[in-house]
Amino acid sequence: MRAAVIVFPGSNCDRDMAVALKAAGADVSMVWHKDANLPDGIDLVAVPGGFSFGDYLRCGAIAARSPICKAVVNHADRGGYVLGVCNGFQVLTETGLLPGALMRNANLKFICKTVDLKVETSASAFTEGYNAGDTVGYPVAHHDGNYTVDDETLAALRSEDRIAFSYVDNPNGSVADIAGVLSENRRVLGMMPHPERAVDTGHGGTDGQALFRGLLGQFAQA
Amino acid sequence: MKARVHVMLKNGVLDPQGEAVRHALGSLGFDGVEGVRQGKVIELDLADGTSEATIGEMCEKLLANTVIESYSVEVL
Repeated sequence: MRAAVIVFPGSNCDRDMAVALKAAGADVSMVWHKDANLPDGIDLVAVPGGFSFGDYLRCGAIAARSPICKAVVNHADRGGYVLGVCNGFQVLTETGLLPGALMRNANLKFICKTVDLKVETSASAFTEGYNAGDTVGYPVAHHDGNYTVDDETLAALRSEDRIAFSYVDNPNGSVADIAGVLSENRRVLGMMPHPERAVDTGHGGTDGQALFRGLLGQFAQA
Repeated sequence: MKARVHVMLKNGVLDPQGEAVRHALGSLGFDGVEGVRQGKVIELDLADGTSEATIGEMCEKLLANTVIESYSVEVL
Protein backbone atom coordinates (compact mmCIF):
# COMPACT_ATOMS: atom_id res chain seq x y z
CA MET A 1 0.00 0.00 0.00
CA ARG A 2 1.20 3.48 -0.85
CA ALA A 3 0.45 6.13 1.75
CA ALA A 4 0.96 9.89 1.75
CA VAL A 5 1.31 11.82 5.01
CA ILE A 6 0.43 15.49 4.59
CA VAL A 7 2.69 18.00 6.35
CA PHE A 8 1.45 21.47 7.25
CA PRO A 9 3.40 24.14 9.09
CA GLY A 10 2.67 23.17 12.70
CA SER A 11 2.02 19.46 12.10
CA ASN A 12 3.74 17.50 14.85
CA CYS A 13 2.45 13.92 14.52
CA ASP A 14 3.44 13.54 10.87
CA ARG A 15 6.56 11.50 11.57
CA ASP A 16 4.80 9.33 14.17
CA MET A 17 2.15 8.62 11.56
CA ALA A 18 4.82 7.71 8.98
CA VAL A 19 6.54 5.37 11.48
CA ALA A 20 3.24 3.63 12.31
CA LEU A 21 2.35 3.19 8.63
CA LYS A 22 5.82 1.90 7.74
CA ALA A 23 5.76 -0.53 10.68
CA ALA A 24 2.54 -1.95 9.26
CA GLY A 25 4.20 -2.36 5.86
CA ALA A 26 3.19 0.75 3.92
CA ASP A 27 5.38 2.65 1.49
CA VAL A 28 5.15 6.23 2.82
CA SER A 29 5.70 9.61 1.13
CA MET A 30 5.65 12.91 3.02
CA VAL A 31 3.74 15.57 1.08
CA TRP A 32 4.07 19.32 1.73
CA HIS A 33 0.87 21.36 1.98
CA LYS A 34 1.84 23.63 -0.93
CA ASP A 35 1.97 20.73 -3.39
CA ALA A 36 -1.11 20.73 -5.59
CA ASN A 37 -0.95 16.99 -6.35
CA LEU A 38 -0.47 13.74 -4.50
CA PRO A 39 2.24 11.37 -5.75
CA ASP A 40 0.93 8.86 -8.31
CA GLY A 41 -0.65 5.66 -7.06
CA ILE A 42 -1.48 6.77 -3.52
CA ASP A 43 -3.98 4.48 -1.77
CA LEU A 44 -4.22 6.22 1.58
CA VAL A 45 -3.80 9.84 2.62
CA ALA A 46 -3.07 10.42 6.30
CA VAL A 47 -3.73 13.89 7.69
CA PRO A 48 -1.72 14.03 10.93
CA GLY A 49 -2.16 15.73 14.26
CA GLY A 50 -0.56 18.94 15.37
CA PHE A 51 -1.39 22.62 15.30
CA SER A 52 -1.48 23.45 11.59
CA PHE A 53 -1.09 27.18 11.04
CA GLY A 54 -1.05 27.70 14.80
CA ASP A 55 -4.78 26.90 14.99
CA TYR A 56 -5.37 30.44 13.65
CA LEU A 57 -8.99 31.34 12.84
CA ARG A 58 -10.25 27.83 13.77
CA CYS A 59 -8.40 24.54 14.22
CA GLY A 60 -7.76 23.12 10.77
CA ALA A 61 -9.48 25.98 8.91
CA ILE A 62 -6.45 27.35 7.07
CA ALA A 63 -4.99 23.90 6.39
CA ALA A 64 -8.28 22.80 4.82
CA ARG A 65 -7.90 25.59 2.21
CA SER A 66 -4.29 24.73 1.32
CA PRO A 67 -3.48 23.52 -2.22
CA ILE A 68 -2.92 19.88 -1.19
CA CYS A 69 -6.37 19.64 0.40
CA LYS A 70 -8.04 20.01 -3.00
CA ALA A 71 -6.06 16.95 -4.08
CA VAL A 72 -7.06 15.14 -0.88
CA VAL A 73 -10.75 15.88 -1.52
CA ASN A 74 -10.38 14.65 -5.12
CA HIS A 75 -8.66 11.50 -3.86
CA ALA A 76 -11.58 10.87 -1.47
CA ASP A 77 -14.13 11.62 -4.21
CA ARG A 78 -12.45 8.96 -6.37
CA GLY A 79 -12.97 6.45 -3.55
CA GLY A 80 -9.50 6.75 -2.02
CA TYR A 81 -8.88 6.15 1.67
CA VAL A 82 -8.22 9.05 4.06
CA LEU A 83 -7.33 8.91 7.74
CA GLY A 84 -7.41 12.14 9.78
CA VAL A 85 -6.20 12.09 13.36
CA CYS A 86 -6.64 14.89 15.88
CA ASN A 87 -5.84 18.08 13.96
CA GLY A 88 -6.26 15.91 10.86
CA PHE A 89 -9.86 15.18 11.92
CA GLN A 90 -10.43 18.92 12.37
CA VAL A 91 -9.03 19.50 8.87
CA LEU A 92 -11.34 16.83 7.37
CA THR A 93 -14.44 18.40 8.95
CA GLU A 94 -13.33 21.80 7.64
CA THR A 95 -12.99 20.40 4.10
CA GLY A 96 -16.48 18.93 4.37
CA LEU A 97 -15.25 15.35 3.84
CA LEU A 98 -16.69 14.51 7.26
CA PRO A 99 -19.76 16.05 8.91
CA GLY A 100 -19.81 18.10 12.09
CA ALA A 101 -17.20 20.27 13.77
CA LEU A 102 -14.78 20.10 16.69
CA MET A 103 -15.21 22.75 19.35
CA ARG A 104 -13.30 23.72 22.49
CA ASN A 105 -13.37 20.93 25.12
CA ALA A 106 -16.36 21.35 27.43
CA ASN A 107 -14.10 21.72 30.48
CA LEU A 108 -11.88 24.20 28.54
CA LYS A 109 -8.78 22.16 29.42
CA PHE A 110 -6.14 20.68 27.16
CA ILE A 111 -6.54 16.94 27.71
CA CYS A 112 -3.46 14.72 27.39
CA LYS A 113 -3.91 11.15 28.58
CA THR A 114 -4.70 7.64 27.41
CA VAL A 115 -8.43 6.98 27.19
CA ASP A 116 -10.53 3.90 26.67
CA LEU A 117 -12.49 3.78 23.44
CA LYS A 118 -15.25 1.46 22.37
CA VAL A 119 -15.00 0.16 18.83
CA GLU A 120 -18.51 0.82 17.54
CA THR A 121 -18.22 -0.95 14.21
CA SER A 122 -15.80 -3.35 12.60
CA ALA A 123 -17.34 -2.67 9.19
CA SER A 124 -14.61 -0.47 7.73
CA ALA A 125 -11.07 -1.01 6.48
CA PHE A 126 -9.86 0.94 9.53
CA THR A 127 -11.68 -1.08 12.16
CA GLU A 128 -11.96 -4.56 10.66
CA GLY A 129 -9.02 -5.66 12.82
CA TYR A 130 -11.22 -5.21 15.90
CA ASN A 131 -14.54 -6.62 16.98
CA ALA A 132 -17.43 -4.23 17.52
CA GLY A 133 -17.67 -3.73 21.27
CA ASP A 134 -13.91 -4.10 21.90
CA THR A 135 -12.35 -1.62 24.30
CA VAL A 136 -9.03 -0.16 23.19
CA GLY A 137 -6.69 2.37 24.81
CA TYR A 138 -5.45 5.26 22.63
CA PRO A 139 -3.80 8.49 23.76
CA VAL A 140 -5.65 11.79 23.29
CA ALA A 141 -3.96 15.19 23.28
CA HIS A 142 -6.24 18.05 22.30
CA HIS A 143 -7.91 21.28 23.33
CA ASP A 144 -10.62 21.23 20.67
CA GLY A 145 -12.01 17.73 20.50
CA ASN A 146 -15.61 18.40 21.45
CA TYR A 147 -17.41 16.88 18.47
CA THR A 148 -20.66 18.53 17.57
CA VAL A 149 -23.13 17.70 14.84
CA ASP A 150 -26.79 18.52 14.24
CA ASP A 151 -29.46 16.05 15.36
CA GLU A 152 -30.40 15.02 11.85
CA THR A 153 -26.80 14.17 10.90
CA LEU A 154 -26.29 12.37 14.21
CA ALA A 155 -29.31 10.20 13.44
CA ALA A 156 -27.83 9.44 10.02
CA LEU A 157 -24.43 8.59 11.52
CA ARG A 158 -26.15 6.16 13.86
CA SER A 159 -28.47 4.54 11.36
CA GLU A 160 -25.67 4.17 8.80
CA ASP A 161 -23.29 2.69 11.41
CA ARG A 162 -20.75 5.47 10.79
CA ILE A 163 -19.62 6.06 14.37
CA ALA A 164 -16.29 4.21 14.39
CA PHE A 165 -15.16 4.85 17.97
CA SER A 166 -16.78 6.30 21.07
CA TYR A 167 -15.33 7.32 24.43
CA VAL A 168 -16.02 4.99 27.35
CA ASP A 169 -15.68 7.99 29.68
CA ASN A 170 -16.29 11.12 27.59
CA PRO A 171 -13.39 13.53 28.32
CA ASN A 172 -14.33 16.49 26.14
CA GLY A 173 -18.11 16.85 25.87
CA SER A 174 -18.48 15.28 22.42
CA VAL A 175 -22.06 14.63 21.40
CA ALA A 176 -23.02 10.95 21.87
CA ASP A 177 -19.46 10.30 23.19
CA ILE A 178 -18.23 10.27 19.59
CA ALA A 179 -14.46 9.88 19.17
CA GLY A 180 -14.31 9.02 15.45
CA VAL A 181 -16.63 9.02 12.44
CA LEU A 182 -16.66 7.49 8.97
CA SER A 183 -17.71 9.02 5.67
CA GLU A 184 -20.71 7.70 3.77
CA ASN A 185 -18.53 5.36 1.68
CA ARG A 186 -16.69 4.29 4.90
CA ARG A 187 -13.30 5.13 3.36
CA VAL A 188 -12.66 8.37 5.23
CA LEU A 189 -12.11 8.14 8.99
CA GLY A 190 -11.57 11.10 11.30
CA MET A 191 -10.82 10.62 14.98
CA MET A 192 -9.43 12.67 17.86
CA PRO A 193 -7.50 9.85 19.64
CA HIS A 194 -4.09 8.87 18.26
CA PRO A 195 -3.75 5.28 16.95
CA GLU A 196 -0.24 6.14 15.70
CA ARG A 197 0.84 6.73 19.31
CA ALA A 198 -0.29 3.24 20.30
CA VAL A 199 1.83 1.00 18.07
CA ASP A 200 4.95 0.40 20.16
CA THR A 201 5.24 -1.32 23.53
CA GLY A 202 7.80 1.33 24.49
CA HIS A 203 5.06 3.93 24.25
CA GLY A 204 2.69 2.23 26.64
CA GLY A 205 0.43 0.21 24.40
CA THR A 206 -0.10 -1.35 21.00
CA ASP A 207 -3.88 -1.17 20.60
CA GLY A 208 -3.45 1.01 17.52
CA GLN A 209 -1.56 -1.63 15.54
CA ALA A 210 -4.75 -3.42 14.49
CA LEU A 211 -6.02 -0.25 12.80
CA PHE A 212 -2.93 0.06 10.59
CA ARG A 213 -2.68 -3.68 9.97
CA GLY A 214 -6.36 -3.84 9.05
CA LEU A 215 -5.88 -1.01 6.60
CA LEU A 216 -2.84 -2.66 5.06
CA GLY A 217 -4.67 -5.99 4.91
CA GLN A 218 -7.32 -4.35 2.77
CA PHE A 219 -4.74 -3.74 0.07
CA ALA A 220 -3.00 -7.10 0.46
CA GLN A 221 -6.28 -8.79 -0.51
CA ALA A 222 -6.87 -6.51 -3.49
CA MET B 1 -13.20 50.46 1.97
CA LYS B 2 -13.44 48.51 5.15
CA ALA B 3 -15.82 45.84 6.31
CA ARG B 4 -16.29 44.23 9.66
CA VAL B 5 -17.38 40.61 9.93
CA HIS B 6 -18.92 39.35 13.15
CA VAL B 7 -18.74 35.59 13.66
CA MET B 8 -20.80 34.03 16.44
CA LEU B 9 -21.63 30.48 17.45
CA LYS B 10 -25.13 29.67 16.28
CA ASN B 11 -27.94 29.81 18.78
CA GLY B 12 -28.27 26.45 20.44
CA VAL B 13 -24.57 25.59 20.09
CA LEU B 14 -23.15 25.43 23.61
CA ASP B 15 -20.36 27.98 24.09
CA PRO B 16 -18.04 26.68 26.84
CA GLN B 17 -15.80 29.76 26.66
CA GLY B 18 -18.73 32.15 27.04
CA GLU B 19 -19.91 30.06 29.98
CA ALA B 20 -16.48 30.36 31.64
CA VAL B 21 -16.55 34.15 31.16
CA ARG B 22 -20.02 34.25 32.71
CA HIS B 23 -18.74 32.38 35.77
CA ALA B 24 -15.73 34.70 36.06
CA LEU B 25 -17.98 37.77 35.96
CA GLY B 26 -20.08 36.21 38.71
CA SER B 27 -17.02 35.60 40.86
CA LEU B 28 -16.06 39.28 40.43
CA GLY B 29 -19.37 40.16 42.00
CA PHE B 30 -21.32 41.10 38.87
CA ASP B 31 -24.72 39.63 39.63
CA GLY B 32 -27.37 39.07 37.05
CA VAL B 33 -25.17 38.09 34.08
CA GLU B 34 -27.51 35.51 32.65
CA GLY B 35 -25.55 34.54 29.60
CA VAL B 36 -22.33 35.26 27.72
CA ARG B 37 -21.63 34.35 24.11
CA GLN B 38 -18.15 34.85 22.77
CA GLY B 39 -17.47 35.48 19.08
CA LYS B 40 -14.93 37.01 16.74
CA VAL B 41 -14.67 40.33 14.94
CA ILE B 42 -12.67 40.30 11.71
CA GLU B 43 -11.84 43.62 10.03
CA LEU B 44 -11.21 43.53 6.29
CA ASP B 45 -9.39 46.24 4.38
CA LEU B 46 -10.80 45.87 0.87
CA ALA B 47 -10.38 47.34 -2.60
CA ASP B 48 -13.09 49.94 -3.23
CA GLY B 49 -16.13 48.48 -4.88
CA THR B 50 -15.84 45.01 -3.36
CA SER B 51 -19.41 43.76 -3.35
CA GLU B 52 -21.24 42.51 -0.30
CA ALA B 53 -21.80 39.29 -2.21
CA THR B 54 -18.03 38.80 -2.44
CA ILE B 55 -17.65 39.45 1.28
CA GLY B 56 -20.42 36.94 1.91
CA GLU B 57 -18.51 34.41 -0.14
CA MET B 58 -15.38 35.04 1.98
CA CYS B 59 -17.45 34.28 5.07
CA GLU B 60 -18.95 31.12 3.61
CA LYS B 61 -15.65 29.78 2.29
CA LEU B 62 -13.34 30.61 5.17
CA LEU B 63 -14.17 33.18 7.83
CA ALA B 64 -17.06 31.27 9.41
CA ASN B 65 -17.65 27.54 9.76
CA THR B 66 -21.33 27.55 8.96
CA VAL B 67 -21.80 24.14 10.59
CA ILE B 68 -21.54 25.84 13.98
CA GLU B 69 -21.18 29.58 13.32
CA SER B 70 -23.30 32.38 11.92
CA TYR B 71 -21.91 35.64 10.60
CA SER B 72 -22.97 39.18 9.82
CA VAL B 73 -21.22 41.74 7.62
CA GLU B 74 -21.02 45.44 8.34
CA VAL B 75 -19.63 47.62 5.53
CA LEU B 76 -17.94 50.66 7.14
